[in-house]
Amino acid sequence: MTYAENGMPEKNPLSVQIDLSKFSSADFEPATADEKAQQEVMGESVTFFKDGCRRLMKNKLAVGSIVVLVLLLLSIIIIPFFVPYSYEDIITVDGRRDKTATNLAPFEWSQREQQYMEETGEKLFPHVMGTDSLGRDYFIRVIYGTRVSLAVGLVASIMVLIIGLIYGSISGWCGGTVDIIMMRIVDIIYSLPDTLMIILLSVVLNETLKPVIEKVPLLQSLGTNMIALFLVFGLLYWVGMARLVRGQILTIKQNEYVLAARTIGTPSGRILRKHILPNCLSVIIISVALQIPSAIFTESYLSFLGIGVKVPMPSLGSLANEARAGINSYPMKLVFPSLIICLIVLAFNLLGDGLRDAFDPKLKR
Amino acid sequence: MANSEYLLQVEHLKEYFPVRAGLAKTIHLKAVDDVSFAIRPGETLGLVGESGCGKTTVGRTLLQLYKPTAGRIIFDGKVIFDSGEQYDENGQLKLDANGKPVMGKKVHVDMLPYRKEMQMVFQDPYSSLNPRMTVEDIIGEPLDVHKLCSNKKERHERVMELMELVGLNAEHAMRYPHEFSGGQRQRIGIARALAVNPKFIVCDEPVSALDVSIQAQVVNMFEDLQEKLGVAYLFIAHDLLVVHHISDRIAVMYLGKMMELADADELNDNPIHPYTQSLLSAVPVPDPRTARASKRIVLEGDVPSPLHMPSGCPFRTRCRYATEQCAKAMPPFTDRGNGHFVACWNK
Ligand SMILES: Nc1ncnc2c1ncn2[C@@H]1O[C@H](COP(=O)(O)OP(=O)(O)OP(=O)(O)O)[C@@H](O)[C@H]1O
Ligand code: SF4
Ligand SMILES: [Mg+2]
Repeated sequence: MTYAENGMPEKNPLSVQIDLSKFSSADFEPATADEKAQQEVMGESVTFFKDGCRRLMKNKLAVGSIVVLVLLLLSIIIIPFFVPYSYEDIITVDGRRDKTATNLAPFEWSQREQQYMEETGEKLFPHVMGTDSLGRDYFIRVIYGTRVSLAVGLVASIMVLIIGLIYGSISGWCGGTVDIIMMRIVDIIYSLPDTLMIILLSVVLNETLKPVIEKVPLLQSLGTNMIALFLVFGLLYWVGMARLVRGQILTIKQNEYVLAARTIGTPSGRILRKHILPNCLSVIIISVALQIPSAIFTESYLSFLGIGVKVPMPSLGSLANEARAGINSYPMKLVFPSLIICLIVLAFNLLGDGLRDAFDPKLKR
Repeated sequence: MANSEYLLQVEHLKEYFPVRAGLAKTIHLKAVDDVSFAIRPGETLGLVGESGCGKTTVGRTLLQLYKPTAGRIIFDGKVIFDSGEQYDENGQLKLDANGKPVMGKKVHVDMLPYRKEMQMVFQDPYSSLNPRMTVEDIIGEPLDVHKLCSNKKERHERVMELMELVGLNAEHAMRYPHEFSGGQRQRIGIARALAVNPKFIVCDEPVSALDVSIQAQVVNMFEDLQEKLGVAYLFIAHDLLVVHHISDRIAVMYLGKMMELADADELNDNPIHPYTQSLLSAVPVPDPRTARASKRIVLEGDVPSPLHMPSGCPFRTRCRYATEQCAKAMPPFTDRGNGHFVACWNK
């Protein structure tokens, strides 16, 4: 290598590096303390949670889903207080059953109702979605159906969460043979055809649970079918959650910060609580958000097949099923519940996706 | 046995990992095989070797993060682990009449009190800090676990003190690790290790994930801290230049076995083991004008798989001096004068 007069190496004509001979050693002064300090300036401190929320709020679809879900939730809580009809009783006019009020179109009144209004001058509450073939107000039935469907979705997801979290944590944390055995059990359950299992289980459970449930008034008001549904979901769908939690714990266990905690002497319980669970929490929340619509969907098709919740309690699926009979004459009856199912499922899915984008650190970097 | 000159003595340490090979068969991966060394108080022992030769495993086994397969570890005059095998003066395993090893007393103490004395700095500054904890909580965790602070205020002050000690701005205590650069994160890791006032720290390649410009800063900080606090280091690295700069003595490992151990300058000027010679010849010299006169020794072949180790000397598949004897038995690790240990039949 040759050197230019200023002591810098000369550039080889074929080299792609910078020509150092153009600089002098004065150009390579060390940085002053001030200049170094400027490099140290750091951005505004943000916690992981705030950061995630900010990104979630930027996602228009996710915000829209939250708005839709909140509105739905409010309406299923509030509306039953204002609508004077009940989901299980045929409309009565002046204390007598109104046989003419079947299959009304939205915002239509039956002959008897019109008569009654003319006679008394009192204005009756409109049938926003018309009435069904038995003469029950359809609007309130859809509202109650939404209530039932959402409740099934939430309760089933929570059951899945609890069972899956406990099972997966044990399997992932213990590892080794315990893990292998526990995961083979999961594989077996996973490989069962779930539609068939759900149908069989809900029929069997329905029969076996009846005597128990009839003794407890609280359970009785829920209905055997509903409880059987919860159990079926809990029994079948926890395996996905268990696998997810186990996988998370296994990967997080590999991180050096867990090893660092053990080097410090941190007890296992504290490691799980402080280091492992906070780091898989976001993934768990996201998957619960995605679990809810799938439970609602399953409940809907079970009710559609006629093995879901018990009549006269409506669910969105059973409403759609009933509407199937008169699909040619009254297509609106199928549209309303289906629309709400779509809305709920879509909103939860978009929200889940939004949560994942906002909180999953793997997508962040 | 226990020698008061040393802070830490490691004798015939072995760490075998079971590896599944097929359905019911497991074979052993000898990550660390019969390694012995000792460290004086306040001293730095450098540990070098290729990737995968078992350096990290030595460090972690020392701290009992993995249960050693065999060997004896003596810290500060107390035996903290002993699997019971006995060795004679030549380092040969003592066998009884039936060919079974003579077993002494087994020792496996509760490590919690020793966690205050022995600490570790990790290789990867990104995965060694919990992303959900603030710097204050990360550095404060050892204080909580060992109940070293009686109240919040004392803890806060101690954390501030530690942050300043490692050259971090104490105002950043409430920030999260992702807001720091690699070099700063490594400093957080060092502060966490120093929180319990340890006598000994395993530094597992603490600078190899950092920029070259930052490496020098961090290495100098390690030296300053040693001067101030008198800690001893086991400084693991695969960069011989860095190790030579910081270490008092250097140990060279190859495929889980110790090959050579000597004073840093002695090893640099007078390497005896053929593997050390080739390592040194490959060290890039910073100034080409004074390029090393000696020729570069290029090693042929690949590192054998640790699952299928060559018989005898593990280096024989790539050694220029290999003879028949090398295939028969592992050469003993003997002192060639002035504490310069070498394991080689022909050098
Ligand atoms: N927990 C483990 N289970 C099984 N094998 C392991 C385990 N940890 C390490 N090993 C194996 O032991 C050998 C030594 O690994 P180790 O991490 O100690 O190497 P190293 O010298 O630190 O390498 P590097 O310079 O890349 O960090 C490797 O072959 C590795 O695959
Ligand atoms: S013992 Fe033999 S093979 Fe091993 S380093 Fe020495 S000469 Fe080479
Ligand atoms: Mg390593």
